[in-house]
Amino acid sequence: MYVLADDTPKAVFTARGLTKVYRMGEVEVHALRGVDLDLYQGEFVVLLGPSGSGKSTLLNILGGLDVPSTGTVHYRDHDLSAADESALTAYRRDHVGFVFQFYNLIPSLTARENVALVTEIAREPMTPEAALELVGLTDRQDHFPAQLSGGQQQRVAIARAIAKRPEVLLCDEPTGALDITTGVLVLEAIERVNRELGTTTAVITHNAAIAQMADRVIHIADGRIARIDVNTKKLSPGELEW
Amino acid sequence: MRAIDRKMLRDLWHLRGQAIAIILVMASGVALFVSQLSMLDSLKGTRADYYRSQRFADVFVDCKRAPLSVAERLREVPGVARVETRISLDVTLDIPGMPEPAAARLLSVPDGRQPALNALFFRSGALPAAPDECVITENFAKAHGFGPGSRIIALINGRRRELAVVGVVLSPEYVYALGAGALIPDNKRFGVFWLRESDLAAAYDMEGAFNSATLQLAPGANERAVRAGVDRVLAQYGGLGAVPRAEQTSHWYLQNELNQLESFGTTLPLIFLGVAAFLLNVVLSRLISTQRDQVAALKAFGYTNLQVATHYLKMVLLLSLIGAAIGTGLGAWLGSQLTLVYTEFYNFPELRFTLPLQVPVMAVAVTAGAAVLGTVWSLRRAAKLPPAEAMRPEAPPRYRPTIIERIGLQRLLSQPARMILRQLERRPLKAAASVLGIAMGVAILVVGMSFLDMINHVINLQANHLQREDVSVTFVLPRGRGALHELKSLDGVLHAQPWRSVPARLRHGHRSRLAGVTGVDTSGTLNRVLDQDLKPVNLPRDGVAMSRVLADVLGLRSGDMLTLEVLEGSRPTRQVRVVALIDDFLGMAAYMDLASLNALMHEDGVISGAYLRVDPDREADVFRRLKATPAVGSVAVKDAVIGNLRTMVAENMMISLMFSVGFACVIAFGVVYNAARISLSERARELASLRVLGLTRGEISFILLGELAVLVLAALPFGCALGWLMARGTLATLNSEILRLPFVVTPFTYAFSSGVVLLAAALSALAVRNRLDHLDLVEVLKTRE
Repeated sequence: MYVLADDTPKAVFTARGLTKVYRMGEVEVHALRGVDLDLYQGEFVVLLGPSGSGKSTLLNILGGLDVPSTGTVHYRDHDLSAADESALTAYRRDHVGFVFQFYNLIPSLTARENVALVTEIAREPMTPEAALELVGLTDRQDHFPAQLSGGQQQRVAIARAIAKRPEVLLCDEPTGALDITTGVLVLEAIERVNRELGTTTAVITHNAAIAQMADRVIHIADGRIARIDVNTKKLSPGELEW
Repeated sequence: MRAIDRKMLRDLWHLRGQAIAIILVMASGVALFVSQLSMLDSLKGTRADYYRSQRFADVFVDCKRAPLSVAERLREVPGVARVETRISLDVTLDIPGMPEPAAARLLSVPDGRQPALNALFFRSGALPAAPDECVITENFAKAHGFGPGSRIIALINGRRRELAVVGVVLSPEYVYALGAGALIPDNKRFGVFWLRESDLAAAYDMEGAFNSATLQLAPGANERAVRAGVDRVLAQYGGLGAVPRAEQTSHWYLQNELNQLESFGTTLPLIFLGVAAFLLNVVLSRLISTQRDQVAALKAFGYTNLQVATHYLKMVLLLSLIGAAIGTGLGAWLGSQLTLVYTEFYNFPELRFTLPLQVPVMAVAVTAGAAVLGTVWSLRRAAKLPPAEAMRPEAPPRYRPTIIERIGLQRLLSQPARMILRQLERRPLKAAASVLGIAMGVAILVVGMSFLDMINHVINLQANHLQREDVSVTFVLPRGRGALHELKSLDGVLHAQPWRSVPARLRHGHRSRLAGVTGVDTSGTLNRVLDQDLKPVNLPRDGVAMSRVLADVLGLRSGDMLTLEVLEGSRPTRQVRVVALIDDFLGMAAYMDLASLNALMHEDGVISGAYLRVDPDREADVFRRLKATPAVGSVAVKDAVIGNLRTMVAENMMISLMFSVGFACVIAFGVVYNAARISLSERARELASLRVLGLTRGEISFILLGELAVLVLAALPFGCALGWLMARGTLATLNSEILRLPFVVTPFTYAFSSGVVLLAAALSALAVRNRLDHLDLVEVLKTRE
C-alpha cells in the first residue's frame, strides 16, 4: 500500500497520445504527432521549440481553445478531449487565463476596460485596478491600446488574463514581439503571478534563454516532445541573458 | 456599462460613416411607411367622423318621378331605418367670363331644416330661406371666387334664373364632386347647389313628388335585400337602381384612392428595409472578419458563443432602433403634412392627424426583423468561429488568373487592371452582392419614375388617341337624330359624332353592378373604343364590350351571356353576349354598337349627346350657341378634362412619388458609399504597400476606385432590369377600378435613374479618394492583418 504524501505534486493536466491534424487553406498540417505530458500544480513550465513545432497547438488544446484529433487530455477531473463546446467555454471562463503573442487587446477599450471585459464574467475576480497594479500599470489604466507601448500592451493582456484568479495561466510567445528590456518586464509580471498566486503557468517560447526561469523545460520538435529538462537553479527574469 | 457594451458602442462610432448611411436608408423606409400609414389612418378616421357627424346615407336611389306617398312605402322596406326624399336636377350655368357652359346639380333640402341624411357642413352662411336662394359646394365656390352674396345664372327648365348664394358648404356625398359621366372632378365646370324643396318643386313641376332618395339602414340590415326591396317599390316610377354606399361615386373614388395609397405605403418601405438589411449584412460580415482576433480573445476568456453573437446583434438592433426612431419622427411629421394636403384635397371639414401606436411598433418590429434576418448569417459565423482557428491569421486569399487572362488576353491588361479583375473574380459573391445593392438604388428610382411615365402615357393616349374630339355635348334628355344635325350645322363645328348612353343594371348570376352602357357610332373617328394596341375594338351587333375590371367584378369572360336591365325608357331586359374585354385605363365602361343599342331600346336614331370637333378660331361662338340651347345639359371641353387629369395627378400621386425619388437617392448613396468604404478597409494594407513600392496616389486610387467603377457599371443595366420587374410588381397592386396604368418605362427614366446613381457613386468615390490621399503608410503597415 502506498500512502500519498501531502507534498507529492498533483498533476493538473494529464495528456496521453495527443495528435492534431488541421487544414490551413489547401495544406494539411500535422501539428501534433503523439504527445504524452503531465503538468503539476503551481509549477512554471516553458514549452521550447522552433516555430511550427506544435507548441501553440498543444497550448490551445490545454487551454480548451481546441480539441485533439485523437488522444485524451484531462484537467483535474475534466475530460477536455470529450468536452463539448459549452463545457470548454465554461472551463476557459472559470479556470484559464490566456496571454497571446500579439496581445489581442480590444482596440476600442481602455486598459481598465479590457480587464473589465473578463472580470465581468468571472466568478471571483480581483478588481481591474488591482490586476493592473500587479503588472505595474496603475498609471496607464485609462489609456487605449494604441496609446500604449508593446510591453505595456502585453502587461495589460497579462492583467486581463490573471484578473479572474485563474488556476492556469497559458502564455503563447508573450515576449515574441518585444525587445529585451520590455520582455523582462513582462516576464517579471508573469513570474510574480506564478509566485504570489500559485498559478500553474505554461509559457511558449522559441527563446532558449527564457527556459532558465522555468521549473521544467519541455522541448518540442516536429509535433513530439523531444525531451524534458528539470531546472535545478531557477533564474529570475532580471538574471536572464538573451 | 459593461465593457463589452462599451466596445460595441465604440466600434459603432468607428464605423459611423457606414452606420449613418445604413440608418438613413432604414429611416427613409420607416418614414415612408409611418407617413403613409399614419396618413391613411388619419384620412380614414377623418372620413369616418365626417360621415358620422353628417349622417352619410347607406343607400342612394334616383327615379323618374314618384309621389311623396311612395316614401312611406320605402320606409316600410324591412331593414330601412330612415328615408329622406329630395328633388335632383342637372342644369347648365352661364358664368360670366367663361365661354363654355358649366354644369350644376341642384338638390333640394327640406324647407327650413337640414336633411336627415347627408347633412350639409357649413363653411359660411346658412340654409336657403327664400325662393332662388342656394348654398353651393366649397370647391365650386373657390374655383370661381363665389361666396354668400354672389349671384349665378342657371338655366332651369329652359328658363334663365338668377340664384343668390347664401352659403358655402361641404357634403359627404360630394367629397369627390363628379358631374354626370365625368371621370375626373372639375371644380370650375361642375358644382352642386342646394335649394329649398318647395322652390325646386315649383320650378321643375315636382310638387308632391320626388326623384331621388337616400336611405339609412337599420343596424344589422341586409343591404342587398333592402336594395332589392327599394328597386321593387320604385320600378314603376322609373327607378334607376339602388346604389349601395360602396358604389356611390364619391365614396367609391375616395375608397379607391385610399387603397392605392395603402399599396404604395406598404410595398416601397419593404424594399427600403430589404436594402438596409443587405447593407447591414455587408458591413457586419466585414466587421466580424476584421475582428477575428477579438472574437478569438473573447472566446478564450470564456465568453460563450451566444454572448459573442449577442454582442454583434446588439449593434444591429441599436442601429435598427435609431433608424426606426428617426424614421418614425420624420414619418409622423411627413404624415401630418400629407394629411394636411389630402384633407384640403378631399375637402374634409376638419384635419385630424392620428398616429396609431401599432404603426411605430410595427415599424420597429419590421426594421429590427429585417436587420436581424439580413445579419443572421454573419452573426452565426461569429458565434461559430473556432477560437483556435481565429488565433491564426486568415489563410492568404486564393487568387488565380481571371477568365480574361486564361483566354490569352492578359497582354491587354496592366498589373493594376489585373488586380481589379482578380479581386472581383476571387469573391464573386461579394461582388455580386455589391452589384445587387447598387442595382437596388437604380431600381427604386426606376420604380418611382416609371409611375410618372405611365401616368403621362395614359394622359397622352387619352388626349391624342381616345378622345380626339374638342368638346363633348350631353343633352338634358335623349333626342332624335335631328339634334345631331342641329349641332353639325352650328357655325364652327367641323365634325360631330353621336353617342347614346343608358343607365342599366348589368347582371351575371348573383353578381350585379349599375353602369352606363354607351352606344358607339363605330364609323366615328373622334371618340373610339380602342384596345391596348390602340386598334379599334370591333363591336358586332347585339354584342357588348366592356372594361376588363367590370367583367372581373361581374365574373364574366369573353363569350359569356350577360343580363342587361335598362333603367330608362321602356326599361327592357335583354340577354347580350360579351364579345370583347377592353384593357382600358379609366373607370368601368360597357359599350355597344349605337344601332344595336337603339334597337334594344326599341327606339330609332335616339342619341344622348355628341362629340364635336370645333374650329379653334370659332370656339367661343360655338360655346355661346351651346349655352343658349336649352336641350344641351352639359358641355365637356377636352383640354379642360386633360388639364384636370394632370392637376389631379400632380396634386395626388406626385407627392408620394417625389418622396420616393428623394428616398431612393438616399439608398443609392448609402449603397455606393458603403461598398467603397468596405473595399478601402479591406485593402488599405495592400494599397499602402503599393504606395511604399512607389505607386502614386492616382495609381492606387485607380485600383480601388476602378473596382468600384466596374461594380457600378455592371449594376446599372441590372438595376434597370430589376426596376422594370419591381415596377411591374408594384403596378399589379396599384391598379384599381378607377385607374389602370399600362406598363410603360421610358428611356429617360432609365437614364435618369442611372445618372443619379452614377452621381452618388462619384461623390462616394471622392470621399474615399480623400481618405486614400491621407492613408498613413506607416500606421497601416504596422498593424497586423
